[in-house]
Amino acid sequence: MATHEVTFPVTDSAEILKLRAGDEVVVQGHIIGIRDRTQIRIFDQMVEPPMDLRGAFLLHTAPGVRKLGPGRYEKVCIGTTTSARMVRFTEPLGSQYGVRAICGKGGFPDEAIEPMQRLGMVYFAIVGGAAALETTQIEEIEEVAWEELMPECLWKFRVKDFGPLTVGIDAHGNSLYRDVQERARKKLEDIYARL
Amino acid sequence: MTTATITDLGQAVEDAAAHLYVWALQDIPQDLRDALARAAEKETSVTGQRVLQTILRNVNVAEDQKNLVCQDTGIAVYYCRVGEGFPLHPARIYEALKAGTERATVEHPLRSNTVHTLTRENTGQNVGYRVPIVHWDFIPDWDGLDVKCVPKGSGSENMSFLKMCVPADGVTGIKKFVLESIVDAGGKPCPPGIVGVGIGGSADYAMHLAKEAIARPVGTRNEDPLVAELEEDLYELLNETGIGPMGLGGDVTVLSVHVEHADTHMTLNPVAVNYQCWAARRASAHVAADGSIEYERDA
Repeated sequence: MATHEVTFPVTDSAEILKLRAGDEVVVQGHIIGIRDRTQIRIFDQMVEPPMDLRGAFLLHTAPGVRKLGPGRYEKVCIGTTTSARMVRFTEPLGSQYGVRAICGKGGFPDEAIEPMQRLGMVYFAIVGGAAALETTQIEEIEEVAWEELMPECLWKFRVKDFGPLTVGIDAHGNSLYRDVQERARKKLEDIYARL
Repeated sequence: MTTATITDLGQAVEDAAAHLYVWALQDIPQDLRDALARAAEKETSVTGQRVLQTILRNVNVAEDQKNLVCQDTGIAVYYCRVGEGFPLHPARIYEALKAGTERATVEHPLRSNTVHTLTRENTGQNVGYRVPIVHWDFIPDWDGLDVKCVPKGSGSENMSFLKMCVPADGVTGIKKFVLESIVDAGGKPCPPGIVGVGIGGSADYAMHLAKEAIARPVGTRNEDPLVAELEEDLYELLNETGIGPMGLGGDVTVLSVHVEHADTHMTLNPVAVNYQCWAARRASAHVAADGSIEYERDA
């Protein structure tokens, strides 16, 4: 298992293709915060997102913030939410908007594997609940759109040494979550035979 | 343990709630820190170690920076034990808990999570219709009030499961359902956490008991030896599944299993599972009849 540093947004797909399930990754640059209602607005209500998502790293989050002035916020506590609820947006995020990485906690179900392979995308697993640490790695909230969805707005954060992340699903058809589930199901059969 | 004396009882309960909510979110109990450290000693997988070391680092960062351990300020849940002689009526205790929750949310500020369940519009300040959620016990021959605040994050609360097993399913049926539930949940509820199991009673009461179970200090055992044995068995079996920290695979899937039970109908065998993520936040206070407050993190 290798260790990588990747700066987002990416312009070269090799940056994504070099990552393998299980690898450790630290992220630099800019990341975009997004959540359930944000994606419902984009894809179900067909509203164009007012931010460029090409090559982007999306973080499943609804940050705790303090308002400083019109459109300006400072971080209070920023952490990551469960990804599985939002899996159906994976394909259109990649095919329509060119998103290259989605980061959340708890993993994506197997239906994300095929579009991620086809579109050259990865899923990064962050440590859920480790928000105090995550907050220190977010340097600044640079932009916010759709404030009326607070806290489920579209956020742009500048990050430094964001991680450690684990590649949960890579762009080559591998998923740690699928592997873990397959092994666990087999193990359950052994356990049931003993009960 | 700290003590404060306040004359107005309603104000005392409000102050206790406001303090407990933030305190629970910032500073996790020692028994939980110890359990996480033991998990890190035990874990042999690379990804599992990466997760557990990050968790331990995060707990220290939260303490150093006086920040929240997890951004999910949860839904505010309080457990109240009210003495029959406590001079404030539960109707007023509820008002005070609600006011304290709201105050903590505004003052800190805390992220507000509470929404109308149909419109999904945020109701503001972590309070709303029937929120916070308060559970009551009434204690004879006593004039005190114990309040325990358990902010419950949605990632783990979403991993709640109920099955009305039949009596013929027996204890094996109970074990199978808990195992299946935790394997299905995978990494979603932020493992390794505490698995709360409620058995017996009725459908609603079994879930209530499962929730009560997760609010116990980590690793405590049920007083009934039969139930305690079930806790130990489930703990061993769940850690054989290999789900591991954050569901990325590994040795440590759960920190502990807590079971609470109630007697039930001869044709019922309800099993409820309520998951508590690794950030098992809880904080308690004792409010005396004279309004003095004693805070207790480890209760």
